[in-house]
Parts: sequence; C-alpha cells; structure tokens
Amino acid sequence: MAKNKKTEAELPKSGPLFGYAPAPESPAAAGDIATSYGHFIGGQFVDSSGSEALKTVNPATEQVLAEFAQGTEEDVDRAVKAARKAFGDWSALPGSERAKYLYRIARIIQERSRELAVLESIDNGKPIKETRDFDLPMVAAWFFYYAGWADKLDYAGFGPNPRPVGVAAQVIPWNFPLMMLAWKIAPALATGNTVVLKPAETTPLTALRFAEICRQAGLPKGVVNIVTGDGRTGAALTAHPDVNKVAFTGSTNVGRSIARQLAGSRKKLSLELGGKAANIVFDDAPIDQAVEGIVNGIFFNQGHVCCAGSRLLVQESIQDELLEALKRRMATLRVGDPLDKNTDIGAINSAGQLARITELTAAGEAEGAERWSPACELPSAGYWFRPTLFTGVSQAHRIAQEEIFGPVLSVLTFRTPDEAVAKANNTPFGLSAGIWTEKGSRILWMADRLKAGVVWANTFNKFDPTSPFGGYKESGYGREGGRHGLEAYLDV
Amino acid sequence: MSDVIRLDVMKTYKLFVGGKFPRSESGRVYEVSDSKGQWLANAPLGTRKDTRDAVLAARAAVKGWAGTTAYNRGQVLYRVAEMLQGRREQFAAEVAAAEGLGAKKAAALVDQAIDRWVWYAGWTDKVAQIAGAANPVAGPYFNLSLPEPTGVVGIVAPQTGYGHSFLGLVSVIAPAIATGNTVVVAAAADAPLPALSLGEVLATSDVPGGVVNIISGRTADLAPTLASHQDVNALDLTGAIAAEGPGAAAVLEAAAADTLKRVLRPAVDPSAQDWTSAPGTDRLLSFLETKTVWHPMGQ
Repeated sequence: MAKNKKTEAELPKSGPLFGYAPAPESPAAAGDIATSYGHFIGGQFVDSSGSEALKTVNPATEQVLAEFAQGTEEDVDRAVKAARKAFGDWSALPGSERAKYLYRIARIIQERSRELAVLESIDNGKPIKETRDFDLPMVAAWFFYYAGWADKLDYAGFGPNPRPVGVAAQVIPWNFPLMMLAWKIAPALATGNTVVLKPAETTPLTALRFAEICRQAGLPKGVVNIVTGDGRTGAALTAHPDVNKVAFTGSTNVGRSIARQLAGSRKKLSLELGGKAANIVFDDAPIDQAVEGIVNGIFFNQGHVCCAGSRLLVQESIQDELLEALKRRMATLRVGDPLDKNTDIGAINSAGQLARITELTAAGEAEGAERWSPACELPSAGYWFRPTLFTGVSQAHRIAQEEIFGPVLSVLTFRTPDEAVAKANNTPFGLSAGIWTEKGSRILWMADRLKAGVVWANTFNKFDPTSPFGGYKESGYGREGGRHGLEAYLDV
Repeated sequence: MSDVIRLDVMKTYKLFVGGKFPRSESGRVYEVSDSKGQWLANAPLGTRKDTRDAVLAARAAVKGWAGTTAYNRGQVLYRVAEMLQGRREQFAAEVAAAEGLGAKKAAALVDQAIDRWVWYAGWTDKVAQIAGAANPVAGPYFNLSLPEPTGVVGIVAPQTGYGHSFLGLVSVIAPAIATGNTVVVAAAADAPLPALSLGEVLATSDVPGGVVNIISGRTADLAPTLASHQDVNALDLTGAIAAEGPGAAAVLEAAAADTLKRVLRPAVDPSAQDWTSAPGTDRLLSFLETKTVWHPMGQ
C-alpha cells in the first residue's frame, strides 16, 4: 500500500483555474487484500479445481492487487449445485425472514461503506468521490428496497403467491462492480431465488468482500455463490443446464451470444446492454445547468456508463455559446488519483478498455471530426484518458454510432424538435436519453417520442432502487429497479 | 320449367397486408382441407417476400396506431367485436371445418373470440395504470414509468390446441394490438381460412391498414423471415410447434437473438393449450417497453 502513496505524490497539479491541496483517502481503509482469492461457494471460500489464476490490478498504478481464480466448468458446476441445494430451504423461508437477511446485508454495507468505497476505487479506478457518494449509498439502498418486497410479493401485481425462478446465473460488468452486484442479487434473493454471480475479471474484489458480508449476515450457505473468472467462466455459467435464469449486464455483442446460447432452453433471460444516449439541448435551456448535466452525463465514472450521454445534440443556434461554456467547464475537471477526494475523473479501468477508447477516438479524427481536450497532465503510470470532445460529428461516424465507453463526447447539431428526435433515435441502441429545455410541453412531446428506456429531462444519470431502468431495442430487455425489477426473478 | 341449380359463389382467399388483399407475390396457392381431408379452398402460398412486404406495412402503421389515444384504440377493438358478431355463422362454419368440430362447439368458440375482442377493447386505456408506476425516488424528482408498445410484433399463430384456428388466433393478435403494437401474423399453416377471413373483418372495423397483416403459407417459410427481420421488434412463437427445421422454436429464437428481439416462447405442450381459458394479462403485458422519465422538482 505504501506504493499507492508514492503515486499520490506523483499526481498532476490541478488545472489552471483552481489549485487544490491533495486530499487523499487512505488506501489502508480498504482493509486487508489477500494475495490470492478462490471462489465463494456454499458459504466457504474454496480453491478452484483448476490452476489458472488471473490478476487484478489497480488501474491507477498498474500494480497487482491480488490474484484470483479463473473459474473452471467444474467450479461453476460446484457453485450451481450449492445454489440448487440451498434453493429449497431459501425459497420456502417466509418472505419476512428473507427480508430480514437482506436488511442485515444493507446495514452491514452501510457500516462497512468506507472500506468498500476505498476498495472499489482501488480495484476499479473510479474516484473515491463517486464510490463514496454514489456507488455505496446506492448499493445499500438497493438491498434495503428489495428487502421490503420479500414479504409483499402477493401484492406486486403478478398474481397470488408468485414463485421464484430457481437458480439465477448473474454476470456483471466492471463499471459499477458492487452496485451491479446489488442490482442483481437483491431482487433475486428477495423473490426467493439463489444465485451464482460472476464479477468482471478486472474488478472481482468487492464481490469477494461481499461474500464476507453474507457470512456476517448469517446468510444460509449456498444462497449466494461467487465464482470469479473471465468470459469463459461466464459462458460456462450461463450455459449450465441447471440454471433457470440468466441475468447479464454488459456489451450488446455478448448479450446477443447469450440470447443465442439460451434459445430453446426455456431459461429466463434479462439483458442490460450497451447504449449511445443522446443528450439533447434546446436553445431555451439554462446553459449552466445543461453544461453540468452534459458533464455529468459523459464524464461520470470516466464515461464507463452504459447510459452515458455520449452524443450531445445541441440546437444549432446555441452551439457556439454552449460549447464555449462546456469547454470552460471541462478545463476544470480534475483527472488523476482516484483516491484523492477532489478527483473528478479517475483511471480507465483496464489497458484493454483504454486501447478501445484510443482506437475509436483515432477513428473519429480519421473520419473528419474535430477533436478537443483540455490541457491536463496525466500520471505516468496507470491507464488514463483526457476528457475529450468531438465536434463536426456526422451521424455516420463511428464515434456517433458505436459505444466508446470512455470520457468522449460526440457533438451533433439539430434545428427542429423533429430532427432532434430523428437523430436521437438513429441508433440500434435505446437505453437512455436526455432533454434540456424550459418548455414543459416540449419535454413531454420529446419524452414520448424518444426510443429509450430512461429519459432524463433537465437532469441526467439519476438512479434509484424504486425506479425501473433498462433498454429498448438492442440495449436489451427486462427492467432493474422498482416493482418492475421483480419480474425478472419471478416465474411469471 | 325446370329448377335451375344455383351454384354457390366461392371465395378467393387472399392475404391481408397493409389493409389490402393481395395475392401472394409467388402467384402460388396451396390446398386447404378439413379434418377429414376434404378440400375446402386454395390459400395463397405466402413467401418470404410477402412477409417482408407485410413487415414494411406494419412498420409504417406503428406511428399512427401507437400514437392514437388508448380510448380510440379501445373503440376500434370493440368495433371488431361488432363486425364479428354480424359474421358469426360464417366463422362458425370455418372453425367447424378447420378443427373438425360440431356446429355448436364451433359457434361457442366464435362467441368466445368475439368476447375476447371486447375484453381487450376494455384494456387499452387501463393497461398503463397496472403496468406503469409513480416511483418514490429518494430525491426531489418527479419520476414516472409508463408502458409503451414494443413496435412490430411477428406472430406465429397457434397451430394446435382446442380453438386454435380462430379463438387462439384472436387471443394472440388482440392483446398485441391493444397496447399499440402492429403485427405480422403467420397464420396456422393447416387452418388458415378463419385467419384470412378475419382480415376482411378488420378491414371494415376502422383498424388502420397495416396494423394487422396476415400471411398464409408454410410456417418454415414465413416464421424465419419474421425471426431474422431487422425491423421486427418482438416475436411471438406460440405456433412454432415444429420439433426441428427452420420453423422450430429454438431455431427461431436463436435467429431472433441477432437483433435482440423480445421473444414469447411457445407453451411447453402447445397441443394441451386450451384457448377457452381466461386470458389474464400475460399476453397484454408481453409486448411492452417500460419508459421511465425523470424531472427535477423545484421552484
């Protein structure tokens, strides 16, 4: 951990407008990180049946944090068996008792939130400001919300006594590791399912720490099982014949292959996939608020957000004014040590993701869009990418069509509301959209026409456990959050 | 004076696409027989091209149909029931022939089909109130979730189960269009006549052209086109009963994965499906997307 301190010392100075003293969170608050981890199966930490181990690195330093097991088919089978064994008793438990386990988990997460926030920041690269103020509160809230449903399922609108599906296979991404775990595990357990969850191969640590929380909560063995590994482990898990339900959050291509793999199997499937959201700013929008919304929309979590507002559609008449204000604001973004409480943009999660962002932004330049980034120093070690803006983007450009999943904003213009709708919907994705205007009737008119599962009007990137989230079209199907989120885990 | 024997005027059964009644572009027909093997009529042998034309018509109709008021959609669906009531005997005869049923049983099935239109007519302006939600988020935001139609739904119509040829058909079409979707229906291959006749009813019921499109032909030709078509948003595989081959449910579901279509799988045992049982809301809620809208609250 001393090495992290050294990195902090190497951090870039802030941008030209403000000077901040470093405000580092202590890496030691993350608690002890073991040198190697096995899986969590049947209530125990166990070794893999195979010998392959993967490494998780701190993307801000490139230092190895820990080794963890590459789950084999045998490991997956063992975990599914444990979940199957636990399913009978867990699903037979009165809902009020299941609820109490989930409330316990929510409370322990709150108690240990600093530890988890720091650990998440170290393993993922996202700023401590976000893990502390967004991820962890959301994780606890998600468990708290679904805990309350466990004994009220008769009233959820799915008929009397709706039954759980069985064993749920859950595969989650690296952008919000613990929050995605909560989105998956909380509704699954509340409805009486047992789960095998595979965290992403670049961010396994908070899921493994969550396993300890399950033990502290006294959760019956086998109700939650965690198997680590890369896509091979995920494929083995979703293909396992004794799995009744698959929930996946990740890329559209992997989602497609899972849907294909499951065809004819009768396994229930929910998918939360990619996006290319339009954030639409009309000429009557309050510019300062819109700029904050644009910045939050694309630079939150380094742009590693499936619902990121990655296409800015600005009404032509205010383009110059808006872009000037946006550039001014972008120049104040602080890129650097994720553990510094002043950091706005942390590290890119992995070398692979950095390569993808680099490749797509190069394509943006090659295709003729104009690139701009504020001047900011980047640390010498670690994976970093400057907040980037592309203007002169046409709808056919790759940076207007493909999900970049990084801090890169493509700016397009429009003249009329009809044109804004047409451009916003001109994508195979349909996860989210943003509208900025003072005119209420126009908000509702736009919201009605945008093909997106979530529409943020005069705000962006807001989430809540009571509020259904999920996509249209190739952004997947099923909803997470709210009463709607129960359906994915009930046999209805 | 001798009695002249008057010949019946037989009907040429045609496809129903975009509110019109085209023949198949193939220029071909196939023989449709009753349960005893007696010839009933020639049905158009619809093709992949016919199916694609129908998808175009269905896509063109989405904006208008989804955009009409729920109250108006309810009135249109009720109008279908009215029109059907007037042609009850015709449909009873077609159902009797298609499923090998006695006149009484067939008429009862038609009556139920009429009632099913009424059931779904009443749902159009209520479904948002059972499928939507006002979400009490932890912050100063107005937060509302509303159901919207998925878009174009490809339907492989029921091919088995008691009442499949007409009551079953109505039971899959009505809920999909009640919520504002438009549909392309691959009619039951062996019993397409009630389906093709339904087109005539829809055409006179204020249902806008293209909202319902009905194609007869081989399931193995029509269904794969629906499953793989880029502009079809959802797939109802109720009638995908082939064990293998291009029309099998698993094959169609795999093809639908390429465009991430919402898929409604067939029953575990489709032949055991009893279309006379109460429909519930399952199908009504199957082809909906939930849209959640956030807005800040403040002065």
